This record gives sequence, structure tokens and C-alpha cells, in this order.
Amino acid sequence: MAAVTLERVEKRFDSIVAIDDVSLAVEEGEFLAVLGPSGCGKSTLLRLIAGFERAERGTIRIGDRVVGGPDVYIAPEDRHVGMVFQSYALWPHMSVAENIAYPLRVQKLAGRNLAQQVDAALEAVGLAGLGQRRPAALSGGQRQRVALARCLAMKAKLVLLDEPLANLDVHLRARMLAEIAAFRTLSKATLVYVTHDQAEALGVADRVAVMADGRLRQVAAPPALYRTPRDGIVSRFVGPGTVARGEVTQTYANGHAKVALFGREWQVRSAPGQREGAVEICIRPEDLAIVGPDGGFEASVARVLYQGGRTVVEAAPACDPATTLSLSLTSGEACAPGAKVHLALVDGWVIPET
Amino acid sequence: MPGIPVRRSERATFAALLGIVALLALVPIARLAQEALAPHGRLDLGVFRSVIESPAVWRAAGNTLTVSIGGAALAIVLGAGFALLVSLTDVRAKKPLVFCFMMPLLIAPQVTALAWINLLGPNSTLLRALGLAPAAGTTHPLYGPGGIALLLGIEQAPVVFLAVRAGLRSLPRDLVEAAQASGAGPWRIVRTIVLPLSGPSVAAGGMLAFVGSIGNFGIPAFLGIPAGFTVLVTLIYQRLAGFGTSVLSEVATLSLLLALIALGGLALNNWLARRHDVRVTAWSSATPQWPLGRLRALVEGGCWAALFVVLVLPFAALLATALVPAIGVSLTPSTATFANFHFVLFDYAATRRAFVNSASLAASAAVMLVIVSVPLGYSLAGRRASIRQGVAFVAELPYAVPGVVLAIAMILCLLRPLPLLGLSLYSTIWIILVAYLSRFMLLALRPVTNALRQIDPSLDEAARMSGARFARRVATVIMPMVAPSAVAGGMLVFLMAFNELTVSALLWSSGSETVGVVLFSLEQAGDGVSAAAVAVIAVIVTLAMMLLTNAVASRAARGVLPWQP
Repeated sequence: MAAVTLERVEKRFDSIVAIDDVSLAVEEGEFLAVLGPSGCGKSTLLRLIAGFERAERGTIRIGDRVVGGPDVYIAPEDRHVGMVFQSYALWPHMSVAENIAYPLRVQKLAGRNLAQQVDAALEAVGLAGLGQRRPAALSGGQRQRVALARCLAMKAKLVLLDEPLANLDVHLRARMLAEIAAFRTLSKATLVYVTHDQAEALGVADRVAVMADGRLRQVAAPPALYRTPRDGIVSRFVGPGTVARGEVTQTYANGHAKVALFGREWQVRSAPGQREGAVEICIRPEDLAIVGPDGGFEASVARVLYQGGRTVVEAAPACDPATTLSLSLTSGEACAPGAKVHLALVDGWVIPET
Repeated sequence: MPGIPVRRSERATFAALLGIVALLALVPIARLAQEALAPHGRLDLGVFRSVIESPAVWRAAGNTLTVSIGGAALAIVLGAGFALLVSLTDVRAKKPLVFCFMMPLLIAPQVTALAWINLLGPNSTLLRALGLAPAAGTTHPLYGPGGIALLLGIEQAPVVFLAVRAGLRSLPRDLVEAAQASGAGPWRIVRTIVLPLSGPSVAAGGMLAFVGSIGNFGIPAFLGIPAGFTVLVTLIYQRLAGFGTSVLSEVATLSLLLALIALGGLALNNWLARRHDVRVTAWSSATPQWPLGRLRALVEGGCWAALFVVLVLPFAALLATALVPAIGVSLTPSTATFANFHFVLFDYAATRRAFVNSASLAASAAVMLVIVSVPLGYSLAGRRASIRQGVAFVAELPYAVPGVVLAIAMILCLLRPLPLLGLSLYSTIWIILVAYLSRFMLLALRPVTNALRQIDPSLDEAARMSGARFARRVATVIMPMVAPSAVAGGMLVFLMAFNELTVSALLWSSGSETVGVVLFSLEQAGDGVSAAAVAVIAVIVTLAMMLLTNAVASRAARGVLPWQP
């Protein structure tokens, strides 16, 4: 019912194409994160679903209802879609309770029924007793929770979140993420969450849609996105690691391939039907290991970053000094800048599209 | 707020609002142009030619240019000087200084003129008390072009001040700091950096002052007509007052000429503003506050002394005249009387009516314009820039053209009975109300659009997401947030309409006199003491409204009130 479907949607601002031929299906009850650098069109995508922008081409459905299409445009006020704004969008002239009650009053709710629902929403986000405050008297995290409570109270089956944590302190973000997860359990709503922070997206979403330059690059569950990025842009944007140029010399039926890289041959994962020839290879930190002086390829350590339980080492292969590889070591393995080490590729992924 | 798709039902509302703007602003001006150029539906330049060839018109046009250029020049000296002083130095009590400096703009010109007449003439109660009055029978020193230019300059100086101060504020701080780092002292920086960069804003302010002077009626009416010195505005008034509606085509042509001069000036001003190529760095730019040191007390004293001469003295003279039983009687504790006030407020039917009329006209215009401007401003906020600018231009027309021009346009539109309704508004009070709605629409609309621009669009979007339709959004979300600005705008409308003379001087009829009109009639009839009493009451109302508006505007958006930053 509250699934969202976009079919070949296009949105232009004058001559700039903000959304370029995007098709996307969000399942009912799913938590989808839309991830991309700023200016990639992800907020526009959200505003198209909410109805604040109108697409030039394509069809948008919410559930079975076409809300935007060649001859159809349903105004935002008639879509019943909840939205949590980056700026929270709390009306300064209303109390917290009045802010939450607003969509209910629009639905002609009044009296005890209204008060009960507002109290329930306040309680659900941990703000019981603060209903009479003005938004200005709340902290950033509290304001965000009021915005969540407003969507909760209006019982929207589809809730859009536009960078909801962008204006919060770093230490508050983890708590608000948990709050959003709890909100999802409580409301059973479909969530579309726009962010430029990959840790947020990978941490909470069922699936992540990666956008760049107005196009959808890949839509996949977080582990799949991390392990099997479809193209170089996704692999660079999601997770740490390096994209190196190599050559597939042989392919196997079991989803593996032999690649020539840094002067040696390695066995890495690949997509079915991968052809032989020049490719890009995604190397995550955990795909590299330090080996004895007889194995692997030589590299010189450029930087060592101590990060508590582990140490991140950045090293450049002797045969390709322009490439920086990073690998993660558990503490204990000593390594200093300038040292020569031998590295081996224990895993990797042949990027299907270049 | 950015463009948001709208529901079809909202389009009807928007179309209705646009219709109101077009009816009030575009139709009268278009009708005026038609009457002047094609009086019988065909292009006919006969009237136009006869007007152009009349020596009286040329004389009046020359006089208009003389006093307006003189007034603008004086306004530039006063306004730009004061702006530099307030913006760049550490003089104290800037807020009250600015408030007082702005006063001449908000006090009706006819009141100012009357006050100065009372200050300097042979009948000056104040000068006679000091034994300094000119000999009886001599002409008033202010009658004629010199006096008119002087008062125009004083009245328009705040306009230049506002333009120059805005220019100084947008002056990037680093340009001044770079000069300071180069070792330049304050004087050198003002001369070599600040003044050259302020040139465009000084010119723009001067142009506005020039346009304001062209359209001014109160000052040339009080100081020019008794001396037989005619400008275009008073020429139109005298023709229409003398010959009635039979000369409508002729005065329409004169009005069109006047409107073209004024609009040409404003176009030049816009062009200058666009050329003003100083990159504005939001509100971060803070101009330096140079300490005046030992000179400070002297400068402050000079400022207050000047304001004393320009503000306090004339109005003290006005008050003195209002307090004596008859012109020529000197003011002593035994002669002082409130009888004049009692007379104009209670005994004399015309003035009593005038106060009621002006107050109700001003209040109705203010309320109606605020009610229309909020939904109009809100509908406009979501539209394309070309539509927004187009509507802003049309709404500005009736305010930009001289009041006399608008009055003639209104007569042309409303002389005959209204179509469909069959009733005529001409020579009723309603024609004045329609004219006020047209003339002051901009004053109500501008604060609302300013305030809307400063509102985060997501606040409106959140209401839409909540399911609220247009009317509900306006009532529950937009209205409360723009209310302080809208109310401040409404009070500005009240202030201007209450003090208004130019439009009503041509539109009034017996029973629909305004304060401005009775003031003019009383003075022309030689009843100086009653005129002074009316003027004193008008000043008190103006001051009270300014202070009240100040209180409201402290919660309004930036830039709503002309006399506040």
C-alpha cells in the first residue's frame, strides 16, 4: 500500500537535469536510504515523492495511486506523506503539542481524542511533559524528535527524511539514529531517508540507493553494496578502500576471476559473465594482508594512523607508486612510515561497469 | 520561497488577487494614457499638441525642474552627510537621531509648510514674541522657489539618507580594511574609498528625492500659490479646481507628462542601482566606527542643533500659533488658549468631519490592504520571478507616479457610473478610498513579501505535508509568522493615508473632506490659528503612530520600516 514506485522520472531546473531517468521501487515497510554527494539530486528525488516538485517526465506511484505522471499531479497536501525536514520545520508560533496536533486538526480531529494522540506521540519520542514548550526552548535533538512525533501522529504510511541528522552534533547522531529505528518499528511506515553520510545509510537501511549526477547508480542491501559495487563511483563513495586498474586474465564459472595486478596474478570475486580484459578492481582494507618477504608485492608505507583497536596503514606499491592502498591491522603488528612491506591480495572485486 | 506546484483551486484565488491589483493599479494608469493620447478611442494628439505648445505649461515645467533639482541637491547634501556621520563614526544616540531625521518624511508636507510659514512670516507668533518678525506687509521670505526648494530638500533628505546608508552597509568591510592596512587615515579612506564606492547610491538617492519633489503638492501649494509661482502639480490642481471636469483631457495630458518624468527618473534610479557593482556580503559587512575623539561632543551638538532648527522650531511656531486666539496676538500666559483645538475638534463641522473621514479612510485602507496583501504575497512567493517582478512593478505604479496623476486617473475611471452596478463613486468618499487602496497597496505588500522571503520554506512545506490547504495555511502558518510585518505595513498605510493631501485635494467633495484638505482650505481662507491647530493634531497623531509602529515592528522582519535598519 505504501510502497513507492518511480518510473523513468526526469526533473529539470531550467537546463540542469536534476533527476535523470530514475526508476526505483521501494517495498512496503522498507527502510531505503538514498545516498549521494551533495548536489547529486537526492533531495530533489525526495521532494518529487512528497509533491513539492513536479517531474517533467515519468510516473510516481504511492501504493496503487498515481500521484505524479504525464497528466496527473496530486498536491502535497493531498498525498498524506510525512516528511522530516533538515531544518525540522517546526512552527515557531505554536507550542510543541500544537505542532504535533496540526496534521490531526487538519484531519478534523478535536477534543480528548486529539489530546490523547498528541500525548501518545510525545511519549513515543521521549518528550512526555514538554508539550507546552515552544520549539525555540528545545535542543536540536529534541526538535528533531518533535518533527518525528508530528509524522507519527499523522499516521503517515510513508515518511520521507531529508538529511535529518545534518544539523545535529556528532555525538547526538547515533542516538537519533536509534530513535529513527524505534520510530520505524512503532509506525510500521515505509521510510525513505536521504543522507550524504554513508555510515548512516549503511547502518540503518534495509537497502541503499546510491545517486550521482541525478542518476541512480546502484540499489542494494548494505553488505552487497560494500562487497559488490557496480561501478567505480559507488565503490569510491561507499566504504573505504581503493580502486586499482588491472586486467582479467581468466574467468571461472563460480563467480571468480584471475586478475593481473601489481605485477602478479590474484584470484578475486567477479560478477557472472565477466569478460576478460582491462578492468577496475575494488580493494577494501580487509582484502589486503602483510606477507613474508618472498610473497606478494613490495610496497612502501606512507602513513600510519592509530585508531584505537586497530591501525590503518596506507602504502604505495613499488610498481605503481601513484596508487594508495589502505589496510587495517590489529594492534601489535608494528609498522612505521617509510618501511618496506610485502602485501598480498586475499580478496577483491572486479567492478562490472567501467 | 521556491516555486511549488499549486492546486488548481488556488489558481482561482491567485487570479482573483491579480485582478484586484490590475483593477486598482493598471486600469487607472492605462485609462489616463488613453485619455491623453486617444481621448475618443482613436489616436488624437490634438490635445497633446495644444498642451505642449502652451507657454504656461512650459513655465510650470521649468519651475518644477528648478525646485526639484534644488530640493534634490539639498537633500543629497543633508542626507548623504548624515548617512556618513551615522554609519562611519561613533556618535552616540544613533537611534533617536535617525528617528528624528526621518520625521520630515513622515510628517505631511502641507503641515511642514504651514509650520515654516508660521515660523518665519511677518505674523510669526514666535518671532514676534522675540521681536524678530519681519515687518508687517512684507511678503513671506519662504514664498517662491527658494522656500519651496528648501522645504523639499528637508523633506526628501531622509530618502537620500536611506539609500546612502544601505549603500554603506553593503560596502565590503575588507575594502576599507585593506586601505587601513595600507596606512590610510579615516579622512583619506572616506575620500578615496568610501565616497567613490558610494557614488551610485548617492545618485540613486538623489534621483528618488528628485522624483519625490516633482510629485509633491503640499509644499508648492502652500508656498507657491500665494506667490503666483506655479509648478506642474499645482497647475493641474488649479486647472481642475477652476474649470472642473471640462478640462479633463488637458489635465490628463499634463498628468501623463508628469508621470513620464517621474517614471523616467525611477527607471534611471533602477539602472543606477543595477550598476552598483559592490558585492554585497549578506549582513556581515560592518563599516568601521571611527572615533571622533574630542570632536564627538561638538558633532553631536551640531546634529541636535540642526534637528532643533528643522524640527522643533517650526513646530514650536506652529504650536504657538495654535495657542493664540487670533493671528497677530502675541503668546503670553494670559492669551494662551485651547479654544482653537476645541473649535476644530468639536465646534466646526468641516474639521470634525475631516478628522473622522481621514481616520476612517486610513483605517479602512490599512485593514483592507493587509487582508489582501498576505494571501497575495504568499501566492506570489511560489511563482516564477518574472510574475513576481511584474506584479511588484504594477503595484508600484500608483505609488511611484505623483499623487495628482493618480487622482486624475481615478476621476477618469470613476466619473461615469460603474458598469453593471450603475452607481457613481465620483464626488463621494468612496472614490478617495479606492484611490488610497491603489496608492498605498505597495506599502502593505512590500513588508509582507520581505517577511515571506525570510521564512524557511520548509515551514510551509510541513503544513502542506500535514494536509493543510491554501486558506488554512495562510490562516494558521503564514499569517501568524508575517503578522508583525503585515501590521507594521498596515500602520504605515494608516500614517501615509491619514496625512495625505495630494490625492484628496482633487477628489474631495463637501462631506468627504480630509485633514489635508481642511488644512489647505483653512490656510487659504486666512484662518491661520485653526489651520495650525489642525496641523498640531496631525503631527501628534503621526508621532503616536510612528512610536506605536516602532513597538510592533520590533517583532517584524528586517527592513519593514523605512526609519529602521
